[in-house]
Formats: sequence, C-alpha cells, structure tokens
Amino acid sequence: MPGAAIEFRDVSFARPSRPRVLDHFSLAVGAGEVLALVGRSGAGKSTLLKLVNRLLLPVSGAVIVEDRDTRDWDPIRLRRRIGYVLQEVGLFPHMTVASNVGVVPRLEHWAEDRVAARTMELLDLVGLPAAQFATAWPDELSGGQRQRVGVARALAVDPPVLLMDEPFGALDPLTRAELHAEFRRIQSRVRKTVIIVTHDMGEAFALGDRVGVIEDGTLVACDRPMVVAASRDMRVRRLLDAVRLDRDALQRAD
Amino acid sequence: MWPVVRFWSTHRHELVTLLAQHLLLVAASTLVAVAIGVPIGIFAARRPRLAAPLIAMANVVQTIPSLAMFGFLLPVPLAGGVGARAALVVLILYGLLPIVRTTIAGLRGIDRAIREAGVAMGMTMRELLRQVELPLAMPSIVAGVRVAAVAGVGSATIAAAIGAGGLGEYIYRGLSMVDTTVILAGAIPAALLALVVDGSLLWLERQLSARRRAPVRRAAFAGAAALAGILLASSAVAAWRSGADVVVGSKNFTEQFVLGELLAQAIEREGLSVDRRLNLGGTLICDRALLMGDVDVYVEYTGTALTAIFHRPIEKDSSRVYDEVRELYARTGRTLLPPLGFNNTFAILVRGTDARSLGLRTIGDAARESPRWRAGFGYEFVGRPDGYPGLAEAYGLRFPAPPRVMDLTLSYRALASGQVDLIAGDTTAGLIKGLDLLQLEDDRHYFPPYDAAAVARAEALLRYPQLRRALERLSGRISAADMRAMNYAADVEHRDIGGIAAGFLARVPSGAPENVSAVPRRR
Repeated sequence: MPGAAIEFRDVSFARPSRPRVLDHFSLAVGAGEVLALVGRSGAGKSTLLKLVNRLLLPVSGAVIVEDRDTRDWDPIRLRRRIGYVLQEVGLFPHMTVASNVGVVPRLEHWAEDRVAARTMELLDLVGLPAAQFATAWPDELSGGQRQRVGVARALAVDPPVLLMDEPFGALDPLTRAELHAEFRRIQSRVRKTVIIVTHDMGEAFALGDRVGVIEDGTLVACDRPMVVAASRDMRVRRLLDAVRLDRDALQRAD
Repeated sequence: MWPVVRFWSTHRHELVTLLAQHLLLVAASTLVAVAIGVPIGIFAARRPRLAAPLIAMANVVQTIPSLAMFGFLLPVPLAGGVGARAALVVLILYGLLPIVRTTIAGLRGIDRAIREAGVAMGMTMRELLRQVELPLAMPSIVAGVRVAAVAGVGSATIAAAIGAGGLGEYIYRGLSMVDTTVILAGAIPAALLALVVDGSLLWLERQLSARRRAPVRRAAFAGAAALAGILLASSAVAAWRSGADVVVGSKNFTEQFVLGELLAQAIEREGLSVDRRLNLGGTLICDRALLMGDVDVYVEYTGTALTAIFHRPIEKDSSRVYDEVRELYARTGRTLLPPLGFNNTFAILVRGTDARSLGLRTIGDAARESPRWRAGFGYEFVGRPDGYPGLAEAYGLRFPAPPRVMDLTLSYRALASGQVDLIAGDTTAGLIKGLDLLQLEDDRHYFPPYDAAAVARAEALLRYPQLRRALERLSGRISAADMRAMNYAADVEHRDIGGIAAGFLARVPSGAPENVSAVPRRR
C-alpha cells in the first residue's frame, strides 16, 4: 500500500522452540489512521506492536516503518519516533509526573525551558492541569490519571506513530469511556498514525477508523467498523456476540 | 575518672591516629568494593546463569574467617604481606558479597513494565541503567554498602594482627598485656564507629527509598561527599605516620612491644623518623614482613630464628647458634646485629605455692606430678620442633589430657588462677614476678638458646648509617633482669610502654658501646 506509515509484509514470528504467534501476516496502516486490532489474549496482538518498534524482529517477512525495514532502522532512533503506551503504563516511580513526561525530550537533549514548556502543554492536552499535577508522584495518581500521563509521555517529542497496548484495559468502565472520548479529542488535534490493540470489540469500535480482527496469528477481518460489525465470519461474530452480551447485561441491570 | 577515659586522654594523639587509620581502612575498602561490586552486580543481573556461581563464590569468600584470610594472603605477592595494603585487600573481598548480592537483587526487583517502557521509549542500555535501573535499585545497593561497611569496621579491628593499624591495635595490645582498660580503649570506639556508620547509612537508605524522591540526588550526593571527606581527612591524619625513614616491627607480646619501642626511640634519637608497626603477630609474620620490606627492623631470638624460620635442627651452643643464624640471615639480605644481652628461653612455670609445697626445682621434678596435672601452652609452643613434643620426651612428661592450647599471655593468668598447673612462658616475663610463679630449671638442657638480637634489612642499614649506630648502642645493654623489670612495669604496673623505654634509654650511655662482642654471653 503506497503512502502507508506502517506495513506488515508477510510477517511470521515465533520465539525459539515455541509455536508461531504470527503466520504470514500482512497489513498496512495509513498515515494519520487509527487502526484498532482486536483478538483474544495470546492472539499475537502485543507481538505485532513490538515488531513495529523493533523490540522484536520478524522471523520472516518484513515490517516497514516510514518506508524503511525495521531491520535497517537504528533501534534507538526508530523508538524515539514511536510513542508507546502500555496497560501497566510503566511510569518511572522515582520521577515526578513532569519528569516522566520529559524523559524522551531530555534523551533528545532538548533545552530545559523547551522541555518544561512542552511538558505543560502535554499535561494540559491530556486533561491534567500542570499546576496541580506536574510535581505529583506516580503513586499519588489514580489509574486513569496515570494512563493520561502515559499518553502525554508517549506524545512528548511529537512522534508520528503511537502504539497502544491495551491502554485502558485496567480501568473501570466509566473512566474508560471518559478516556475514549479524551483519546478521540486528542487524536483529532494531533493526527497520529495509531495502532491500538485491545481484547474488547466495543473499545475497538469506539476508537478505530478501521478495526482488524486477529485469530491464530492471521488477520481474519480488517475494515471500517460498520463493515466488520456486519461480518458473517464466525470468528468475528464470536467477538461481536461477547460485546452484545455485555450490553444486554447492562440493560438488564438498569 | 574511669581508667579507660584516662587512657584515652593520655593517648589522645595515638587514639586519633588509630581512629583515622580505622576509618581510612573501612572507607577506602568500602569505596573500592562498591566500585568493583556494583559493576559485577549489574553484569550478573543481566546474565542469570552467571549470577548463581558468582554469588556462590562470594559466599565462600565470606565464610573464610578473617584471621585465616590474612594468613592465606601473607605469601601472596603485591596483594599480600603485612600492613594496610593486605588488610585493604581482605576488607574489599569481604565487602564484595553483600554489595554484589544487593545490586543484583535491586536490579532484578524492578517491575518488568518499567524496564520495557524505558526500552520502548528509545533509551540505550546505558541510559536505561543510569536514569531508571540504578536509581530504582539504589536503596537496595545502599543496604548492601551498609552491611559491608559495618562488617568492615569489625574486620578492620582484626587487621591490626598484620600491622595495618586501626583500633584493633589497642584490642590486641590489651589482650597481650591482659589489660582490660587497653582492650576497652580500642573496643569502645570501634563499637561506636560501627553504630555511627550503620546509623548514617541507614539514614541514607531511608532517604533514598522514601516516597518523596526529590532528595534522592541530594542525599546520594551528600553521602558521597561525606565519604570522600572522611577518606580525605582520615588519610591526612593517617599519613602522619607513613613516609617515615625506618619501619620498626614487633611480635605480639609485651616484651616485643617494649623492645620495639626501645629500638624506635633509639633510632629517633639518631634523627631518623620511625613508623612503629608493633604487634605484627607471630614470628613468621614478622619474618615475612622483613623479607618483603614492609618492616626494616625487629627483635628476633636466635633459637627461634634457627628452628622456626630456617628449619634447622636444634643446637644448644649459643655462640654457634648465633653465628649460624647470622649467616642464614645474611644470605637473604638481612643483617643480624650483635645480641642485646639477654636470653629469653622458654620457661616452664608452675605456681610458687605448688613449688614450695611439693618441693619442685627442676622440670624433672614436675614430671613426677604431671599425671595429676593439666598443662596449657601457647599456639607456637605446641607446634614447634623445640616445643612441647620434644620437651615431653626429654623429661617424660605425661599429662592425663592433651595440653590446653591458649593465648600465651592468657596462660600466665590461667596458671595463677589454677585452671592449669604448668605452662611454658618466657624467662623474661614480668608476670612471673607479678603472679608469684616459679621457673623450673632446665637441668637436662633441652631448650636451645634464645638470645635476643635486632635483625634488620641490609638495605636499610646501608641507606641510613645512623640506623646501625642506634641499634648497636643497645647491643649487650639489656640483661634478663632489665628485661623482666621492664616487662613487669608494663604487664603488672600497667605503665606506659613509651615511658618505660624512654626511662631505660636514659640510663644507657650514648655513643658507641665499648667492646661489643659478636658472641653472646653464655647463660
């Protein structure tokens, strides 16, 4: 696909002497697009993300980021062009919120006043007033606030690509819904190329421009949410039914 | 005023020097152990297969008793020998284990997600280590440093056994003189030092692991600065003593302290500066120190040199022994000076009350009583060829139980208090007079002569002609009665050894001695 920011070309991956996680997997993500990947736990979603920022290299095939094979990228340069948000967030507990957000700019040797200005800007962007939160410690924050800091940290040097691994998985439904809205608001302003993986079809529909469904290491569906929702593929339907069951349960509870 | 406080106030300069030496030993060895141990820990934390054998190895090192470790290191070139250098090596080895182990534990304990976040953000391994892993592992590492430093304060007291100085010197000196005050004079500050070191590092550790992490850098910096300050200050104080012209050594008992002090003051009167490494341990340690150039001169006994150092058969004629020993020393670059004048042979001692009630005069008389007696001997006497085994054979001594092996100076007290009935002491021991002990006559001439004489490195004698002058001035001047009186003054009257030596030296005419013969007087 021409103009793709990220492309998987016939990628297979397996850890030594373990079953294949990805099997001849192909997929292209356009610049500025949000791709939501859904699948059960262990379907290979996290592996896909780690292939993009070269935490892993494919056994065969190639992962292309900005028209270059990840094998040809200097891993450090590549990773600094890619924001990464994990479910566990991984905030550095020995640094304040502001220091956490400023880590990558400092790695890039930005001047201190520029780091400070950017940190303020980002904390405002993710809805954490700098005056209140800049000097707070990670262990003083709620789960949702921590995840916002994680997003701000990932966006710090304005990377073109953002990878999100179950970013809202550990949050309660209300906070999650709030952050979904927040994510859409932020994305409308920053227009990143985003791959977000989740096991929750509802979340995928809420966030993705396109939704991909992974099962057994292959892509079984990938299209606009409306199209995926109408799919007759059993593997897709099973995931959709799970969402419907959730909603039914909620309605009964009302 | 308590005796120990009085002791401190009269010895305050020495106390400050010993304290500084002690601090220097601990601070320097801890610093080096950190410099070596933390990188090893970082290395091992990333290679789990390597970590297990590394820790096992460090564990083995840790289990070696420190006194044995000093012994192992004695013959090792560069690292070994006697003095502060060897002590540092031992203290560093001991410090490594806790530091390596806590470094590994601290790094392994870091949440996987935190490390992964760092890598995914594009940190290099070095950036990850410096900005994330080390700060998070720091409380654990400091805990290891604390363990190492506190243990180091304790081990450093034992380092005095090989002449490294430090507060252990008082402890050993006190043990040798059976003087609790002197033991306490060293033990109290050592214990306080351990508490202070423990407390201040614990404070640092708490600062580092506190929820508010703002002062991390400041606390770490303060800790490093304090350590550097201690290092500088203590090395400055300790440096007063090093860089001297001549190093005088001595073995680890009172007579040797007195003789060492006598040599030192005589040399100082010739205008040379002297470093006193008194209390170096046994014969073999002193010999090794002299051979390696750690010590320039000490007083040896001819019979001891012949049998214990040169492993020659026992010889009874004192002039033949002297000549043979002088020749043997000369071959190894050392010069045996003319004898000081007294023969400190082994003295088989019994309580005066026993001697009078049983009518004991000779060792043969005691052999009759031996089936009902217990004997107590020093470590050296039990093992030496001219010691207990031969004596038992020569006189037919038959004790019902094997002799109790104990510290030589403690054995006098053990005899006086009735815990044992016969010991092998020194002819010149002041305690013989002080504790009402009787020396049995060696009527079968079992013991070889032990004429005291200074032995010096030939190189030092060549470099400083005054050194030979100072040593020869004492030749033939110290009689057995003189020696016993000085030992009595030190051991029983607890008089200051420096003062005893000065008093004696004042009575020795200065200038060249008249007609000193190379042949010692027969006893």
